[in-house]
Amino acid sequence: MTATDLRPEPDALLAQARREGRGRLKIFLGAAPGVGKTYAMLEAARRLRADGADVVAAVVETHGRAETEALLQGLDLLPKRAQFYRDRILHEMDLEALLERRPQLALIDELAHSNIPGSRHDKRWQDVEEVLAAGIDVLTTMNVQHLETLNDRVARISGVRVRETVPDAVLDRADEVELVDLPTEELIARLRAGKVYVQDQIARAVQNFFSKGNLTALREMAMRAAADRVDAQLQEHMRANAIGGPWPAQERILVALTESPVARTLVRTAKRMADRARVDWIAVTVTSATPSGLPEADRDALAQALRLADRLGAEVATLHAAGPIADEILDYARRRNVSRILLGRARPRPWWRRIGREDVARAVTNQGRDFEVTVVSDPDRGRSPAPIRVWSVDRDPRAYGKATLTVLAAGLLALASDRIFPVTSLSLIFMTGVIVVAVRQGLWPSLYASFLSFLTYNFFFTDPRNTFFVIRQDQIMTLVLFLVASALTGNLAARLRDRAMAQRDIAMRTNLLYDFARQVAGAGSSVAVLDAATSHVSAALGCDTVLMRPGPLGRPVIEAAEPARDTLDLRDASAADYAWTHGEDAGRGSGTLPASRWLFVPVGKGNKRQAVLGIAFPDGRSLAPMDRRLMDAMTDQIGVALERIALQSDLEQALVTSEAERLRAALLSSVSHDLRTPLVSIIGAASSLADPTLELSAPARATMAETIREEGERLDRYIQNLLDMTRLGHGALVPKRVPADLREIAGSARHRLRNALSRHQIEVTVPVDIPTVLVDPLLIEQVVMNLLDNAAKYAPDGSSIHVTAHAEDGSAKLSVIDDGPGIPADAREKVFDMFYRVGEGDSQRAGTGLGLAIARGIVEAHGGRISAHAAKAEGRGTRMTLTLPLSAKDTPA
Amino acid sequence: MTLPARILIIDDEAPIRRFLRVALEAEGHHVTEAASGRAGIEAAVMITPEAVILDLGLPDIDGFEVLARLRDWSQVPVLVLSVRASEGDKVALLDAGAQDYMTKPFSIGELLARLRGLLRDRATATPQGAVLHVADLTIDAATRSVLKAGSAIHLTRKEFDLLWLLASNAGRLVTQGMALEQVWGPAHLEDSQYLRVFIRQLRAKIGDDAGNPKFIFTEAGVGYRFASG
Repeated sequence: MTATDLRPEPDALLAQARREGRGRLKIFLGAAPGVGKTYAMLEAARRLRADGADVVAAVVETHGRAETEALLQGLDLLPKRAQFYRDRILHEMDLEALLERRPQLALIDELAHSNIPGSRHDKRWQDVEEVLAAGIDVLTTMNVQHLETLNDRVARISGVRVRETVPDAVLDRADEVELVDLPTEELIARLRAGKVYVQDQIARAVQNFFSKGNLTALREMAMRAAADRVDAQLQEHMRANAIGGPWPAQERILVALTESPVARTLVRTAKRMADRARVDWIAVTVTSATPSGLPEADRDALAQALRLADRLGAEVATLHAAGPIADEILDYARRRNVSRILLGRARPRPWWRRIGREDVARAVTNQGRDFEVTVVSDPDRGRSPAPIRVWSVDRDPRAYGKATLTVLAAGLLALASDRIFPVTSLSLIFMTGVIVVAVRQGLWPSLYASFLSFLTYNFFFTDPRNTFFVIRQDQIMTLVLFLVASALTGNLAARLRDRAMAQRDIAMRTNLLYDFARQVAGAGSSVAVLDAATSHVSAALGCDTVLMRPGPLGRPVIEAAEPARDTLDLRDASAADYAWTHGEDAGRGSGTLPASRWLFVPVGKGNKRQAVLGIAFPDGRSLAPMDRRLMDAMTDQIGVALERIALQSDLEQALVTSEAERLRAALLSSVSHDLRTPLVSIIGAASSLADPTLELSAPARATMAETIREEGERLDRYIQNLLDMTRLGHGALVPKRVPADLREIAGSARHRLRNALSRHQIEVTVPVDIPTVLVDPLLIEQVVMNLLDNAAKYAPDGSSIHVTAHAEDGSAKLSVIDDGPGIPADAREKVFDMFYRVGEGDSQRAGTGLGLAIARGIVEAHGGRISAHAAKAEGRGTRMTLTLPLSAKDTPA
Repeated sequence: MTLPARILIIDDEAPIRRFLRVALEAEGHHVTEAASGRAGIEAAVMITPEAVILDLGLPDIDGFEVLARLRDWSQVPVLVLSVRASEGDKVALLDAGAQDYMTKPFSIGELLARLRGLLRDRATATPQGAVLHVADLTIDAATRSVLKAGSAIHLTRKEFDLLWLLASNAGRLVTQGMALEQVWGPAHLEDSQYLRVFIRQLRAKIGDDAGNPKFIFTEAGVGYRFASG
């Protein structure tokens, strides 16, 4: 084991550091004494030592703190160098001894320390530089007020000027800076408890150095120093690349998802990086032409990470590599002006699994010199890798039983053929058996069969027979070749089988998806989509399914479920809530609230989140990776379908709005044109009468006066229509229903309309004993008046208008029949629309086009119907029929 | 036909007052105009009119209020004018003491006919035992007999009471409540189905057609009006 493998630092930096032969510097940065820098440093050192690194504590200032001293236990302590200074013996770090000892890692506390005059360097940071130059890694500590550029500001804030400063460059050059932070209150509490060693000069200078205000300011400063350093690196990098390179100023971050365990971590890291630098980022996975792809679970994890990236706002892409994956990634990165590439470190694998496997991270680091490459390690490296499918699937003992039987059959066949064929050819029979096993039972049973065949063949058919000994050289050769060949062909056949099975599986899933897509795409409403989706997901995965959308409180509520359910328990509901608000998986099998029985995944991307899909298996198991991909595909379909429907309803809303616009325009035209028409006659006739120069005969005067009255009454009816329409539209029209006589209503209507009807013959044919109807008589009278008015408007003068009524099937039918031109068949329904009139332009009769709409409104408010028909065979004439409910307790005498 | 009468018009619309004045003066009446509710009440006190034409929509006091104040001290017949009132409003008006109502716009002939109905009481308070002639109907209160074109029609007691009530108020509105109270008694105010059935029977007997009425006109939801002359 080497130190290289042990450190948690990224590969790239390590490689770089090693090339230069320098040690790596890590600074534990704090805001003030007492935050725990030394403690943190010691902890880190112990971790590294536990990993086998050679660690030496060159200087560690424990200030007598017990818990810090305890951490020193077991660490290799470098004795200090004693030195005379002004009649006193002082102790300093023994630089010479350290360089001679050459540990892998040295702990050098208090980077800002000033050495005793006469030492090799004035400052300790200069000692550290020398140690680093010697190739020794260093862990050190520093307070922010010692940073040179901040010195003035610290002095201004705290009133204390520190003489011991460290150049900013030291911090900038550090390979790693760790901010050791402690909330101000806690620090003050520690201070009061006497746990903080206060340097003499500070203690002497001021008591208020540790005031809350000061500490808060210092803390902020420390944080900013750490953050600035990251920014500075980034900027420097951008500048460097903008000068010589082909890149535009806008850089991109590329995160390549090639290693499953770190994929999600990588995505999150990339997101943070992109956010900080305010740049776009791209997440890619690479599919390789190499047949030995990743295991199921790994591919699944990568797909999940890609979805996460998609949700977090990355541009996502899947690359297809014909050659090495690293080349493809670098190629893509160059095409897309990427400046930084993030990759996962290859997980440790046994050597035989590394053969032929490309270490993408290493290759990208080596070849991608023009990029800043960050390699991220698996945070849970200690965990055993996910079980591989081959192991788990073929453990069925029956498979081995069948393999044994097949070998037995092959053996019997060989025995029978012994006389006919040469011994060497018999191996082919066993070989056939092995292939059969491989095809039927898979890889491991086929390997087992190979071995069993080998033994059988050896025992029965090689000389000396019935022993495991082999004498003849050629037979040894045959045996060995047989074993190798059978293992290889078995392997191949088994793979073929696996692939065929996978194909079948894929075909089945494709069919499922196709069905699902068709069903969901055909759904006309979101409810239909949700219902189809739940039943389909439930059937495809064999699980309970819910689809939730935000309710009135903004929390998701169940809108569809299979099997039906209305509520979830609190734990499951909060998982659903999380999935909705964060757009990430929650519940079983995910990283959040895994105790929930349900797994919730968001449906729809980013801001267009549509719903949350929840699934739970009755037996409590988690979702299998293959099923997960199927579910993801279905989730995408649901999201698209829901979005489509949302768009559709937006469109419908727009249509409704335009319909309202149309009505408004029609109303304006009605008011401006139709209401004025009667006024033209009225004003004309009235001015004729009033004109003193006109010598009007008595009948002429009477005609004029009659015109004025008729037109005035017509105008009155129009206005009444408009008012009624408004009342109908506002739902203010509530019929006051009493038993009423249709004959009376018809009579009353014609009486009130007698002037307008004077040019027509009105015939009322209503049985005297017609049962009463339960209506508002005034409103129905209005309806009949509108129908009569309409009939009179279209029927030729002198023709007759019939009003008939009769009772049938518990309702009464009243018809108004005229002798007019009739209504074209396709317009018979439209005449009841507002502002609709038969005929166009000048052929239109004056009127608001509201009469029939009002009639329908009133009749429907009574629970009745109104319809238009042709009165005569050739489509001439109009019969308007209204159907009204009879009163239940009619008492005809 | 009617004697000249003092008529008070309370309406804030000058054009309406003007044409009413012209028409009424042409009939020989003496007309006083008031443009507001308060002025109307004052004028009523001053001139003690024989009929009042009252607009409901007045600028100062509501027409209902004017009607109520008039009714405090006077039984003068009041004809109410209003823009299309609902059925409920009409009934409320009649209950508050209006004799009749007309919906604006109205024809002057109709108004004059109503007014004649209201003023008739004043001239000849129809004596019991008088005989009414309407078209070819002859109704004799003393003998309680009805002749239609000279031939007798048999009416039940209630039918005759109803016919007499309507005919003696010819041209005037008889509300359902009025008819029920006077023919059936105060206990039957809600039994409008009696009235409907009796009206139907009465029509059949006197040869009236609900689908094309000559004698009895229905005011939907409010009451009936008998043809005047």
